[in-house]
Amino acid sequence: MAADETHRAIEAVFLLERARLIGGLARMVHDIDRAEEFAQDALVSALAEWPKGGVPANPGAWLMAVAKRRAIDALRRETMRVRKHGEIAQELEEAEDPVGAIEAAMDDDLGDELLGLIFTACHPMLSREARAALTLRVVGGLTTGEIARAFLSNEATIAQRIVRAKKAIAKARLAFEVPRGAERAARLPSVLEVIYLIFNEGYAATAGDDLVRPGLAQEALRLGRIVAGLMPAGAPDGAEVFGLLALMEIQASRLSARSGPDGAFIPLTEQNRARWDQLLIRRGFEALARAEELGGEGPYMLQAALAACHARARRADDTDWPRIAALYDRLRMVAPSPVVDLNRAVAHSMAFGPEAGLTLLDEIADAPALRFYAPLPAARGDFLFRAGRLAEARTEFEAAAGLTRNAREAAFLRARAEACDR
Amino acid sequence: MRVFVFVKATEESERGAMPSPELIEAMGKYNEELINAGVMVGGDGLKPSSQGKRMAFDGDSRTVIDGPFAETRELVAGLWIWEVKDMDEALAWARRCPNPMSGPSELELRPVIEFETDFAETMTPEGAAIHERNRQRLEEE
Repeated sequence: MAADETHRAIEAVFLLERARLIGGLARMVHDIDRAEEFAQDALVSALAEWPKGGVPANPGAWLMAVAKRRAIDALRRETMRVRKHGEIAQELEEAEDPVGAIEAAMDDDLGDELLGLIFTACHPMLSREARAALTLRVVGGLTTGEIARAFLSNEATIAQRIVRAKKAIAKARLAFEVPRGAERAARLPSVLEVIYLIFNEGYAATAGDDLVRPGLAQEALRLGRIVAGLMPAGAPDGAEVFGLLALMEIQASRLSARSGPDGAFIPLTEQNRARWDQLLIRRGFEALARAEELGGEGPYMLQAALAACHARARRADDTDWPRIAALYDRLRMVAPSPVVDLNRAVAHSMAFGPEAGLTLLDEIADAPALRFYAPLPAARGDFLFRAGRLAEARTEFEAAAGLTRNAREAAFLRARAEACDR
Repeated sequence: MRVFVFVKATEESERGAMPSPELIEAMGKYNEELINAGVMVGGDGLKPSSQGKRMAFDGDSRTVIDGPFAETRELVAGLWIWEVKDMDEALAWARRCPNPMSGPSELELRPVIEFETDFAETMTPEGAAIHERNRQRLEEE
């Protein structure tokens, strides 16, 4: 292999291991930046050694051993330096033999360094945006530029957000361990929330010109698959993990069908179902089954069940709307929100007629959360259109077009408004 | 991006030979790594070509040919579907796969055509119109 190719191959292997390395190192040094440094040291070693002797049989273990040795050496130097200056750092106060403890911990490889890193990057003490940016950076390996583009922010803002998050974590001396038992159940929602935030940004881009950013949705799917895979088998708090995974797999199955060849927005009932990815749908159903086995009844599982209803219908007309309406009736008990109520109104209108939908919409019309929410007037416009009240429908569609920040969706709504003039 | 990874057949796989217990265990661990990394999307082992068939097309004629097929080198014994960032990542994963056969063997990695991005440039307006019609016909079926 040419030297170039060898370097690329080594870097590719390193990239596979990077997040796990950082997770394992962060456990020792309680600081992501330092963990990243030591991981980088391991890469430099690999670039020097592997071209001579070949890629080792277990590259991850090789890299981890080198990185940990660097970390231990650095900590030893610091210990000696600190003692020379007569100061004792708090870690040293707490441990009799800190370096020895670290070396012992090296053997205690639970294999969940990655999961520990995910839990820490998604710690509830950080804001949702900070969690998302940090997770994409250290777990996903995205560059700050890629993250900035993903969230339509600028690189400086994202970089700062990540720096502050790392500092906060170091200051709070988080352990980078996977929480156990009740604590894990309590911390899971903030992990799942971040993953779904990332997925939604990719699946239904809230602003900008593109409707979907498939790379981001794929990254969220990958994170969801990782967390689901690493959850201990049979753990009841795994139900919502599988629920979220099922929801994402099924929604992702529709990514190719959501926009037309010119990038125009296509609503669910009009999508070409031949373009739904059956492999992902099957995976979604499998994940949903596992959620049900674990006794799931939570919001993600219910939303997955809803998505599964659509996935089951070969054509839009085959959709089991009464079942969907019933699922929304349950969802609003478990996760009440004006948006859920809105979707429930849509489901009822499809199952029982536009008047039923309009009645339910009247109940939530004044919800403050929905005041600038385009889907609300869009739904009312749709019900009025189907009820034959075209002039009123037109007003609603125009209002909706004005509210959405997504260019494609706005164009679609304006087209619906114009259709009312026939 | 998606990559299909084909395990190329060998005389051994064409014989239907069972892998050793060590290989089964190693493959199981490897598949678990793929799953834990969120890379594995799908995969299956294929029965030997003696249980397969071919459909040959020539103009209007259709001919069924029963396996086994002679050109072992061109046959496939199994396949994976992986979700990766790029071919470099796919190669890195492939490199760490245990040798699927007891002798020399090959994996073939083929990136999946992603419709919008790959065809966008090359489709003519006529091609796009035909494609659109096919889409609608599929919808009606």
